[in-house]
Amino acid sequence: MTSTGAAVVVENVSKRFRLYHERNDSLKVSLLRRGRARYEEFWALKDVSLEVPVGATFGFVGENGSGKSTLLKCMARILRPETGTVRVEGKMSALLEVGAGFHPELSGRDNIFLNGSILGLSKRELDSKFDEIVEFAGLERFIDTPVKNYSSGMFVRLGFSVAINVDPEVLLVDEILAVGDESFQRRCGEKFAELRSEGKTIVVVSHALESVRTLCDTVAWLEHGVVQEVGSAGSVIDRYLGVAHAERVDDGNGGSRWGSGEGRVAKIELLGPDGAATHTVHTGDAVTLRLHYATTERIEQPVFGIAIVSLEGVLLAGPNTREVDLVPDYIEGEGTVDLVIDELSLLAGTYDISASMYDYTCQHPYDHRHRVVRFDVEPGVPRQVHGLVALSGSWNVDGATAATMPRS
Amino acid sequence: MRAIYCGPPMATLSELTDARELFQNLTLRELRGKYKRSVLGWLWSLINPLATMAIFAIVFRFVLRIDPPRGDPSALKSYPFFLLSGLLAWNFLSAGMTGGMGSLLANGNLIKKVYFPREILTASVTASWAVQFCIELSVLAVALAFVGNVVVLWIPGVLLVLALQAVFVYGIGLALGALVVYFRDVQHLVGIALQLWFYATPVIYPVEYVPRVAQLSGYEIPFLRLYQLNPMVHFVEAYRDLLYDLRFPPAGSLAYMAGAALVSVAAGRAIFNRFEHRLAEEL
Repeated sequence: MTSTGAAVVVENVSKRFRLYHERNDSLKVSLLRRGRARYEEFWALKDVSLEVPVGATFGFVGENGSGKSTLLKCMARILRPETGTVRVEGKMSALLEVGAGFHPELSGRDNIFLNGSILGLSKRELDSKFDEIVEFAGLERFIDTPVKNYSSGMFVRLGFSVAINVDPEVLLVDEILAVGDESFQRRCGEKFAELRSEGKTIVVVSHALESVRTLCDTVAWLEHGVVQEVGSAGSVIDRYLGVAHAERVDDGNGGSRWGSGEGRVAKIELLGPDGAATHTVHTGDAVTLRLHYATTERIEQPVFGIAIVSLEGVLLAGPNTREVDLVPDYIEGEGTVDLVIDELSLLAGTYDISASMYDYTCQHPYDHRHRVVRFDVEPGVPRQVHGLVALSGSWNVDGATAATMPRS
Repeated sequence: MRAIYCGPPMATLSELTDARELFQNLTLRELRGKYKRSVLGWLWSLINPLATMAIFAIVFRFVLRIDPPRGDPSALKSYPFFLLSGLLAWNFLSAGMTGGMGSLLANGNLIKKVYFPREILTASVTASWAVQFCIELSVLAVALAFVGNVVVLWIPGVLLVLALQAVFVYGIGLALGALVVYFRDVQHLVGIALQLWFYATPVIYPVEYVPRVAQLSGYEIPFLRLYQLNPMVHFVEAYRDLLYDLRFPPAGSLAYMAGAALVSVAAGRAIFNRFEHRLAEEL
């Protein structure tokens, strides 16, 4: 803990890169040109100042080339800024690329010790954490195999497992939240949550805006090396999305929208229990979320998704049709997709609906409409007051039972 | 514009102490990786100098008829042992320099992704070759015992000279390692320089063959004096004193080696420091 309460202090940092037209990496060329290499200067960071408070989970968002990874590398001391200072209080660990420094000929066991010491762990610390690292990576059976025989997934898991077990006070993470299979990702998420609850500071750079939104409490938005805005995750990301995607597709409804446009989410409707479109429903109502699509050409295997977001920007649910293997071979023209909810478990409050249409890999958006429809939920049958969603089940107090969501 | 860096330009002493284990582990990585994929493994580290020795022994003993001096006071007279006691030290310089030069290039991925004091990479490469040199010396010591040279008493002296040479090699490696990132053709220059240096060092011939003065277009130049400016002359002679002649090297020589080691490491760090700050971008 510092007196200022800041884990990372960035003051007036500027970072210049040289873009070589012809790389001047031989003495011969250097002598012929009398030492002058032909390059252009490019300022990746321009006078950036910010503070990351102790215990914060701090995210950086911005387009490619906005300088967010450069800033992270300056924090990690890999790059040295031309001007300004970066101060990191406490033990820092950077997860920029997992498995950097693994020696392919050495076994997993040897590499844990090697990589661990590169990341600043002592032999004693590694001895005590060894089992945990191996278990976390799920590589008990392969730990004495040379890592050159590992699959890429195993390699990444081992690297990640070593890095995250460094137990830093400040953890810097660059775009690697999406490694391994689902169960490994879940364990990573749990580990992050654990670090947060221990009051560790986490700095994240990612393009996965939704994970930044759920993971981070504060977000800084960088554009061309300049900080545009620092603030609470939800609001900064919303404004970033508004600007970042505004140029691509014009949206009339105030929400933001992006995608390649071959298929479009034409309209989203919330249908109440009577089947009529509405903007006000009650907790426990049978409702339908209806997505109208329109395509300009045949689209193979589209995936439709609908999400509900709280006003604070928390993603409450985001199911898609691929999860239930309901993927048509192709669609053409117009049609509708319904998400039928038997009992709406949202508690009273105001919510936004997002809807999207992606390709089968869920990587390429045809159309993504973010927070297009806003609706209100009024108190309904399950009389739960606190939180955002109603939990179904029952209470049992000394033998007397009552369902949490009594059916009327 | 004035730049204030986030830390001292080079790693602080405390950082280096923290990194002691990293240094050990990287050295082990070098050693393990070196012969991992070969059938003979560690034996290669002995076969290589033996093969060179055999070639040199044949060429210089029998073709060029170099007469090895008689060990004083050991009375040993054997060209192969005379040669090996200098050749192993030369191999350490040559391998350590080349290894040190490549130490940053070879670990580019690491430098771009993780922070740690970068000179540890160079230090660990130097150390791995020093370990190899020690093993070669041990084998040489055993072989020497068979021909009557019992070197046990001289081992502390050998270790002292070895430590000085390791520092000397490390300094050169630091400078070359950083330079080569910016100027890749330094590698070719180093190849040529090493050849010149080899013949300017009394590895294959006794230092007694070097003339005291030489005539150059009417001028008399103190050839031996100039020749002895080469620190490797002192290193090779020191190993030879200890292993072949069984005597302690002269104090002046030891002082010169210590001075060379200090200058080398100071200059090496200065050059390394000058080039270090953009390493991650240039690699």
